[in-house]
Amino acid sequence: MLCEECRKQEATVHFSQMVNNQRVVMNLCGTCAKRRGFSNPLKNIPFPLSDFLTSMVSESATKVDGQLTELTCPVCKLSYDTFAKTGRLGCGNCFEAYRQPLADLLRKIHGSNLHRGKRLRGGALVMEPLKEEARLKDELKKAIEAEDFERAAQLRDMVKELQEKLQAVTDV
Amino acid sequence: MFDQMAHKASSWLTAEGDEAAVVLSSRIRLARNIRGFTFPPYADPETRGNIVHFVRSAIDKSKELETGAFVSSDDVTEMQRAFLIERHLISPEFMRDQNASGLYISPDEKIAIMVNEEDHVRIQSMSSGLSLMDTLNRAMRIDDDLANSLEFDYDTDFGFLTSCPTNVGTGLRASILIHLAGLVLTKEIDSVIDHINKLGLVVRGFYGEGTDVWGNLFQISNQTTLGRSELDITESLEKITRQIIEFENKSRDRLLTEARDEIADKIWRAYGILRHARVLTSEEVMNLLSAVRLGAALKILDMVSIATVNKLLILSQPAHLQRYMGVELSPGDRDIARAKLVRDTLAELP
Ligand SMILES: [Zn+2]
Ligand SMILES: [Zn+2]
Repeated sequence: MLCEECRKQEATVHFSQMVNNQRVVMNLCGTCAKRRGFSNPLKNIPFPLSDFLTSMVSESATKVDGQLTELTCPVCKLSYDTFAKTGRLGCGNCFEAYRQPLADLLRKIHGSNLHRGKRLRGGALVMEPLKEEARLKDELKKAIEAEDFERAAQLRDMVKELQEKLQAVTDV
Repeated sequence: MFDQMAHKASSWLTAEGDEAAVVLSSRIRLARNIRGFTFPPYADPETRGNIVHFVRSAIDKSKELETGAFVSSDDVTEMQRAFLIERHLISPEFMRDQNASGLYISPDEKIAIMVNEEDHVRIQSMSSGLSLMDTLNRAMRIDDDLANSLEFDYDTDFGFLTSCPTNVGTGLRASILIHLAGLVLTKEIDSVIDHINKLGLVVRGFYGEGTDVWGNLFQISNQTTLGRSELDITESLEKITRQIIEFENKSRDRLLTEARDEIADKIWRAYGILRHARVLTSEEVMNLLSAVRLGAALKILDMVSIATVNKLLILSQPAHLQRYMGVELSPGDRDIARAKLVRDTLAELP
């Protein structure tokens, strides 16, 4: 498995943390793990509120001396400096122009910089099982109301199985 | 359209659906941008105009959005804008300046799409009570429909690209509007908010700016949008909400067993003031309605329904009041009109 951060070295540190009551796993190489201060798994990494966003952006701009602050998106002409002041990106291409500093920033904000949700034009991937799940849960509720506990247990297993499948699909 | 809306509450506030005694509404928001165009905060007037045009024609082609109205910012007066904000259909910043923007609203007001807010497209899906999954499904169907005609900005690593880095990935903000009057009365609210924050969710007061929480109404939403699926984010909000409802119900039970007379007195006094007052400020009305809402949920007061309270929460706001009265009102006159609206509404009840 490649490091999620640099995508170059083999991931050797597997860090997991509870975020919003969900386990978030980060797979990092030794170098990236150390750089992010993840060497101590017991140390809690704070997830800052969006209010602190602009201060975080400007921090990321000043940290990587001069060089980075001179970056400008070739498409919309937004400079990283302006982004650091406003906290707003200029266009889709900004994500290409500032890929590395943004990857760092996004990880600081979200605890991850890798999308695990719906794909572009991948509606069915997420939505079909979702619909099925809602239907099963509805049926489960009815079974419980009707005190058909055998059927309810069956349905509960089906929901669980589906959720595991969903997890596998969205985790790739 | 505005006249039809002025006299009724939004249908996502009808007190129908799951857990409506505590949860007022569920809301899903998806942020999307169109590939190849500057994001709204930096876009020039021509680009903004083009975006409105593109999104509007995508909406026209959508099956999910077959009925409903599209209003352009050029046609919306300042008063109508205030009205839309009070109905929670647009954000306070939206349509503030002369720059081209637009809004789609479905007839039942359960779907609102803002064009050229901070992102090109902001899909909002709303439902009454706790109904996050259905609300998410509806938003996703609309997203699929619009994606048939629009090419959204998307990156394999980062997901859907948004103007603000806090929305990147799923672009999803799931939130619920919840009435925590019991927890406020038992003074457990701070520790519950602390608990919710620790779980990585954001808690906000409803109308208040800063720390003021009016009417004991709280909005709870996810903080992060990247690294987890839409289903994950939404399900965990639903799970935590059910936990908070349990806390709230326990505190209501405790109030009933330990301080029944005091609580009943507070609720009846609030009802008495609402029923007879001649001048009511919006803050006072919110707090009194909160007590009456609690009374209705606890079945202490049976002549006022939760739906009526929800309706008054919306209709007693300044822009709605002025529409109701058909004239522009000074703040002082508003307080008088507000008291009249509340008296009239409560007097109509059997
Ligand atoms: Zn690495
Ligand atoms: Zn750009």
